[in-house]
Amino acid sequence: MNTLLKIENVSKCFPASEGLFFKTNKKVTALDGVTFDIKKGEILGIVGESGCGKSTLGRVILRLLEADSGKICFDGKDILSLSKTEMREARRDMQIVFQDPFASLNPRMRVAELIGEPLRLHGMKDVHEINRRIEEITELVGLDKYHLKKYPHEFSGGQRQRICIARALILKPKLVICDEAVSALDVSIQSQIINLLNDLKDELGLTYMFISHDLSVVKHISDRVGVMYLGKIVEITSVENIFNEPRHPYTQALISAIPIPDPDIKKERIILKGDMPDPLNIPEGCRFHMRCIHAKERCKKIEPELKINKKGHFVACHLTDKI
Amino acid sequence: MEKLLEIKNLKTYFYKNQEVIPAVDGISFSVGKGETVAIVGESGSGKSITALSILGCIPTPSGKVEDGEIIFEGKNLFEKSKKEMRKIRGNEISMIFQEPMTSLNPVYTVGRQLSEVFELHQGTKRKEGFKKAIELLRIVGIPSPEERAKQYPHQMSGGMRQRIIIAMALACRPKLIIADEPTTALDVTVQAQILDLIKNLKEEIGTSMLLITHDLGVVAEMAEEVIVMYAGKVVESARVKDLFKDPKHPYTRGLLASMPSLNSANKRLNTIEGTVPKPTEFPKGCRFSPRCEFAKKICKDLEPPLCDKGDRSLSCWMETKEYTEEVKNEYSA
Repeated sequence: MNTLLKIENVSKCFPASEGLFFKTNKKVTALDGVTFDIKKGEILGIVGESGCGKSTLGRVILRLLEADSGKICFDGKDILSLSKTEMREARRDMQIVFQDPFASLNPRMRVAELIGEPLRLHGMKDVHEINRRIEEITELVGLDKYHLKKYPHEFSGGQRQRICIARALILKPKLVICDEAVSALDVSIQSQIINLLNDLKDELGLTYMFISHDLSVVKHISDRVGVMYLGKIVEITSVENIFNEPRHPYTQALISAIPIPDPDIKKERIILKGDMPDPLNIPEGCRFHMRCIHAKERCKKIEPELKINKKGHFVACHLTDKI
Repeated sequence: MEKLLEIKNLKTYFYKNQEVIPAVDGISFSVGKGETVAIVGESGSGKSITALSILGCIPTPSGKVEDGEIIFEGKNLFEKSKKEMRKIRGNEISMIFQEPMTSLNPVYTVGRQLSEVFELHQGTKRKEGFKKAIELLRIVGIPSPEERAKQYPHQMSGGMRQRIIIAMALACRPKLIIADEPTTALDVTVQAQILDLIKNLKEEIGTSMLLITHDLGVVAEMAEEVIVMYAGKVVESARVKDLFKDPKHPYTRGLLASMPSLNSANKRLNTIEGTVPKPTEFPKGCRFSPRCEFAKKICKDLEPPLCDKGDRSLSCWMETKEYTEEVKNEYSA
């Protein structure tokens, strides 16, 4: 399989100005040397808790936010060196679906306009062709033709998310980034959208990067999973490995924390102490050492690198072979 | 088991633009002493309105409790005066809300807000209350409580704020805690901490709990009894073990099957077709019938009553005489 997206050592900081008069020069490190790749036709899940930088990652890839350093190669092109116009052209192949289907649709546009907007923005003028494409995609995402004349407020959350997906897919992109795309939906609607995303992937040969905080959803949909903690990827490997043999202590805690809908299963739970440290002053050494039950002297001083272990598992932990 | 809270045929309606919105439409259940009962359902099923009705916090004049009784410790809460209700709220029944962000006052320190509970309900002096507040913070596992009590809510993380809300709810050792989505806004690892805390404290004090959630995983972990709501009605209620092992109502079954699970390798999820109907457009007959794959004519015409089936209550026409007869007739025709 060829690589569609290659990310090398990408970092992104946000300036943090505290207060009106006493501006500080502190920085929030949202991404810190993130490296991974996505192969064609693959679904890569990115999980992590709030504030770990997973949404920033999605935005940096699309250059909705500019990365501070690093390299992003999409389909063989280095996209960080593209000009604005070239980038707009490149975004035809990479699209994003956001979490909140209520906020991401213009309430004053009809569904047909909303879905056709990307085509017009990318310079398509042939009205018949636009209409044909709109109808084709509407059917594909499971909406009816009569829906096209309505406004977004007339739809339920699930249907709105279908409109968002149609908008993202009408340009026939290669990569779709789903940023918490099903998190705001009820369980019964969520399963409809997950199935839809799976069907569309097979039908259109898509590649997804699926960002979510919900591990069961990620497990269901992904081929590979990356776990993020405080702007770093701490573990990345196949979905089976992550869930059956998690190697990083944070991943282990994360997986053990999921409540299982079966009252008969009583599992040993690893309960982490404390909260995620303040991203303004990230601790020295391993970022997780204060909450880690295995932490040794070395973990407090030296930051572990993301290294491949014997089983083809990428883990950033000094003790990976001992735990 | 002795009953602490009993709800009989509760109906809470809202009125908007001459339309009636039956948010809660004739539900009945009870909570035993020391028991945890969970209400599950999707958004718009009326679970939060049920909680607000118990506390007498339905906004008027748009909403009104139309019918029913809420019996708490043998007394009907609807017959109480406003003053009496104020004594019960926070003292005997307390509530934990979903949003730890919006349920704390941003201009008072955390210790002051906690001490207020004691001042109001027990007539404690401010200084004494502040000391008790620090003690509470220690109980809910907040490190260095003396310093934390002097801080404001914005200086704390979401998990810590939720701990403070829990501390506030527990302050007067209430007999019943209503927890409305207590962990929905939190991350999984923090959720595990908070659920653990609630469980331990509940056992220590021996209170009953009404847990409102949409997460079936949380239900399996926390509750003994579960009530499934759909479109303002109870469709099924049973012991947690019975419900998860053998869900009877097609909606419960669909809900359980549509959850992506950590154990199964099945690539396709089961779905329930369609969406929850709008409260102004509830269908005649069974409210789930337009989405139900087993729906027959009787389901579309008549509303099924909530019947006692031994190990559970169920509101469904399936397995009744009328339903089987209709299927038989269909078969012979």
